Amino acid sequence: MADLAITAEGLAKRYRIGEFQASYGTLRDSLVGAVKRVGRRDHSARHHEEIWALDGVSFSLAEGEVLGLIGGNGAGKSTLLRILTRITAPTRGSAEIRGRVGSLLEVGTGFHPELTGRENVYLNGAILGMKRREISSKLDEITEFAGVQRFMDTPVKRYSSGMYVRLAFSVAAHLEPEILLVDEVLAVGDAEFQRRCLGRMESLGESGRTVIFVSHNMQAVAQLCDRAILLEQGTVVLDGDSGDVVARYLQSGLGSGSNRVWPDDASAPGDDLVRLRWARVVDEHGGLLDAVDVRRPVGVQIAFRVLRAGAPVMPKFKLVDKRGDVAFNALDTSPAWRQASAPGEYVATAWIPGNLLNEGLYSADVAVCSIAAPKLHQHVQERAAVAFHVQDPGEGDSARGTFTGQWRGVLRPLLEWTVERR
Amino acid sequence: MAADHDGVLAGDTARAGSERRADERLTVIRPATRWPRLDLRELWHYHELLGIFVWRDLAVRYKQASIGIVWAIFQPLLIAVVYTVIFGRFAKFDSGGVYYGVFVFAGLLPWQYFSSSLSSGAGCLVANANLVTKVYFPRILLPVATIVTPIVDLVLGFVVLLGMMVWFDEWPGGPQVVLAPAFLLLAAVTVLGLVLGLSAINVRYRDVAYAIPVFMQVLPLLSGVPFTLGALPAHWQWILACNPMTTVIAGWRWAVLDTPAPDAGQAALGVAVAIALLAAGLAYFRSSEPRFADNI
Repeated sequence: MADLAITAEGLAKRYRIGEFQASYGTLRDSLVGAVKRVGRRDHSARHHEEIWALDGVSFSLAEGEVLGLIGGNGAGKSTLLRILTRITAPTRGSAEIRGRVGSLLEVGTGFHPELTGRENVYLNGAILGMKRREISSKLDEITEFAGVQRFMDTPVKRYSSGMYVRLAFSVAAHLEPEILLVDEVLAVGDAEFQRRCLGRMESLGESGRTVIFVSHNMQAVAQLCDRAILLEQGTVVLDGDSGDVVARYLQSGLGSGSNRVWPDDASAPGDDLVRLRWARVVDEHGGLLDAVDVRRPVGVQIAFRVLRAGAPVMPKFKLVDKRGDVAFNALDTSPAWRQASAPGEYVATAWIPGNLLNEGLYSADVAVCSIAAPKLHQHVQERAAVAFHVQDPGEGDSARGTFTGQWRGVLRPLLEWTVERR
Repeated sequence: MAADHDGVLAGDTARAGSERRADERLTVIRPATRWPRLDLRELWHYHELLGIFVWRDLAVRYKQASIGIVWAIFQPLLIAVVYTVIFGRFAKFDSGGVYYGVFVFAGLLPWQYFSSSLSSGAGCLVANANLVTKVYFPRILLPVATIVTPIVDLVLGFVVLLGMMVWFDEWPGGPQVVLAPAFLLLAAVTVLGLVLGLSAINVRYRDVAYAIPVFMQVLPLLSGVPFTLGALPAHWQWILACNPMTTVIAGWRWAVLDTPAPDAGQAALGVAVAIALLAAGLAYFRSSEPRFADNI
């Protein structure tokens, strides 16, 4: 039996919402608050609404295991990682970590735009825990991996965003801790670069390092990890073989499901003009849909309430794929919205045609906005309000025909081809 | 190329395996205790990062300034000229028998060190919020780095001071010159205590950033930069002595220019205040450190 690299017991983290949102009040607010509390002789100011971002998470990880951490937004993945990397302390519980820990919650942490590429490699490397000697000995490798040999003495503010990200990831990829904690770093760069990142992660896993990997990229989790933990509302829902856990996660639509309701008007996302009511993903018959046949159209429905007569508002959504790339933005521009919209409830439905999206997980950021040319003002935007999973039953009549291998692209339209023999 | 990297990795794994026994580190994560103690061994482990922070601040500061480091001595020189004309020539402040320009420039050096450490130090956690929320290291490195960086300016200023001493023929009076570094150390202790406390408060209350420039306007006068303490009534001397920088400036000038020595009792008060500031600053910093990432 291999030694345990990480054991976590009952880790919990509480945030006070007041504390979280008004994290920098002024000194005056605090003083006034303190005086009021003394005056009233009660401690009501202490009764902040509390959120347990993490609520009793226990698990252990053997040396050399590669663990994927999945779950919807706000499930507690990032909080768990922040506790394990000692960025923040848990409210309750404890954990023991055996071995040198390297963490990667973001690429390019501490990069300074004024410094040159070479200087930033030393700076970033030191921040990530590398010794100077170690960085010097790997400098050539890092430079080559990033492909920025000619620009090492140029300030990184003159880099293209692609070069910047490549250099940043390259430093991180050459970290060699015994335990590596990674959050979503693969969501950067172009497809080719992502492939290289995945390859690097894979070889790290194979070389016997213990890795915890947080991602929304289910394919990557299933491919890279032996084991996965599904978190929901701060607790472990499922812990097991990564393939099984990913499948269960996708089927249950736990992340953000196809149906999202904001029952309480006062706390629903929105401003003084408009509030969201609910959002749904539906099929042609109006039934809720988690898994979508790639060939069939998908309806995205946004229900909102206009609270008072004001600027004309229009529904909008942004479709994002599992890597975080925007597939497209869609805005209802019909003339109805050129007049001030009367108060009341509205349900907007937009149809995404069949044979347009690729397979995989898509989420929609829904919004209601108004246009005051040249600006688009979003009265409300809810990130990843709903999500759905596009599947291909593989009957040979979709854009991939009978081919069953990997098919890249954000979109996968079924195009009309004409071929003539001449 | 991929094969290449795999090769490198395999080699490193073997090395990591043998190293593991040597520096097996067990990290225990627990809820924050109220009075965490300072882990000196861990601080030593991170000493390279301290150097990197200092180097970064220096490198960035003069990156696009063509005359670069000259700016570091320009400010005290300009203030010294203005003080010399107004306080030295017209108001005829007492300078303890030393040429007034040298007297005030010498006083300005520790003052400038104090003021630039404090101005950049109080905001150091917020300015590095991206690091604080993304990666672990002992947070205390950030405030410590901000009081190390301005030492470079202090050294440059000291070279200029030596030049002025030669030119105006002003020399240290005797063996007390060996105490000069001790007074600078007192300045460092004072400012470290303040920076620790204020940078931690600034994480929650951004008022600090507005308050500091206000105090910076009046503090040179309350630290006795443009005059000798002897020119004041005794009870005023004691009030000013509550500010450790008063002792720093009077003592430093006594050591390098042979101006009248600071009163021993007043100096002891200054030292006591400085140590108390350091203890309070450190305690507050350590107790709020676990929540920096949540509150910043």
